[in-house]
Amino acid sequence: MEYCLPFEWVRYDFMKNALLAACLVTPLFALLGTMVISNRMAFFSDVLGHSALTGIAIGVLLGLMNPLSAMIAFAILIAIAFTIFKNITRTSPDTVLGVFMAVTVALGVVILSRGGGFAKYTVYLIGDILAVTPAQLKSLLLLFAIVVCYWFVAGNAMALLCVNSSLARSRGLPVVLIDVSFAALLAVVVAFSVRLLGILIINSLLILPAAAARNVATSMRSYTAWAIVISVASGIIGLLFSYYLGTSSGATIVLCAAAWYCGTAIWSYARRNIQHHGR
Amino acid sequence: MAQPRSCAHCCIKIENLSVEFGGDAVVNNVNLHINCAELVALIGPNGAGKTSLLRAIINEIPYRGRMIFQIEGRPQPHPRIGYVPQKLSIDPDSPMSVLDLVAMSISARPIWLGVGRPLRAKAEAVLASVSAAHLVHRKLGELSGGELQRVLLAIAMAPAPNLLLLDEPVSNIDPKGLALFYETVSDLRRRHDVAVIMVTHDLAGIAPHADTIVLMNRTVLATGLPRDILADPQLVRTLGPGPWHVSGTASMPRAGETLSHD
Repeated sequence: MEYCLPFEWVRYDFMKNALLAACLVTPLFALLGTMVISNRMAFFSDVLGHSALTGIAIGVLLGLMNPLSAMIAFAILIAIAFTIFKNITRTSPDTVLGVFMAVTVALGVVILSRGGGFAKYTVYLIGDILAVTPAQLKSLLLLFAIVVCYWFVAGNAMALLCVNSSLARSRGLPVVLIDVSFAALLAVVVAFSVRLLGILIINSLLILPAAAARNVATSMRSYTAWAIVISVASGIIGLLFSYYLGTSSGATIVLCAAAWYCGTAIWSYARRNIQHHGR
Repeated sequence: MAQPRSCAHCCIKIENLSVEFGGDAVVNNVNLHINCAELVALIGPNGAGKTSLLRAIINEIPYRGRMIFQIEGRPQPHPRIGYVPQKLSIDPDSPMSVLDLVAMSISARPIWLGVGRPLRAKAEAVLASVSAAHLVHRKLGELSGGELQRVLLAIAMAPAPNLLLLDEPVSNIDPKGLALFYETVSDLRRRHDVAVIMVTHDLAGIAPHADTIVLMNRTVLATGLPRDILADPQLVRTLGPGPWHVSGTASMPRAGETLSHD
């Protein structure tokens, strides 16, 4: 690798691992993000990210060395509880999500700050992709494979569900199962990635690539393809920028994705105006 | 115009169907008997349980009562039901194209990988059956109300169902699209002998096409031929005075006039 890429950063194992992690996590987030946006679940995924604080706290209370399993279990619990709630009531879900978010953040902070010890958990707030371990890379690869398989099996069903759930039901699709399984999958990926990307910005990485792709896409295929390209490009460029600037990797990646969003938004606006004048 | 061509071997019986939401019976003991190729217009005020009845028929919400599909003389436990929703829950900027929607409805191939040429040809054929082949590359969010309803109708008819449900299909359609939509529904019904239940407020527009009108307010208040229902004093009592309220005779209101109270 040192020979084909004559840069200083290639010499460091942590940068190679981080690059590999970025290349795995960004397409994963791009895929999930396309459905999060189509399903109007942006707030829900944000709540999932923030619920990690309570997940970590539960892990600490249970005396776990690594709170990951507690985080994942708690995120799945939140995801399933909310999805079932959404399906059985007709109340606006925003309010409920707001309550979920407030409680999970406050509860997590209260437990973790006992005795003034919150500082050691700030790494979860901004994340650290440079600290990715080979074991985490293996888990990421497994998650990647699971999400791609899920997309092959349930991709069409999810897309039809976004269009109209009664229509999906009339065609015999298991609407609730798809809803719950997607929310649970999202919960697992978000909970797992919090350590790498940070609670504060993890949702931006779900939302921005798909939102940028929507500005230019004309079909589901181009939507998916653009989201992946934008996400992976932001991941790689952001990681390298953060190396040279000495900044937080996750936040720098988010800024790159935001630049993509602004660029595509301007392009789409300009194209529409030109078409409009052409008529 | 309405010509029932029932074969006497196919019918759909809905017996004592009730739907409750939190102890409130929004649909109460509904009984309906629909023959194949019959177009039933379901009318009633807002909150009459019309949409809940449709959602029960597609098994989306729990209900009490029985539904029996008799196809060619034999009971059919798993009937095909086509459903045309009133509107979609997509945003105007949704990237989904008409081709995407049709392709994923008629094929299991993941649409996020793209739509191949054979599948595209099939999708175009499905759209052509409702004179909508030219819409294939448009985005869903760019369609007019009438165009969208025809696309959804094409999907509901692929493959031809035993029962077609239309939920207020004409509320977002302009008068020109309206005539085309009614023609398309009549044409599909004639070609496929499919039974149709259409929830509608456009009593005037549907009356010349419907075989039966069912007036409903939580339960069935009246069932009959359009001219009889239009002359039924219950109509005005249930819906209030409107363009269908013609004293004495059963003259039809002008096409395109919808119920004024909503």
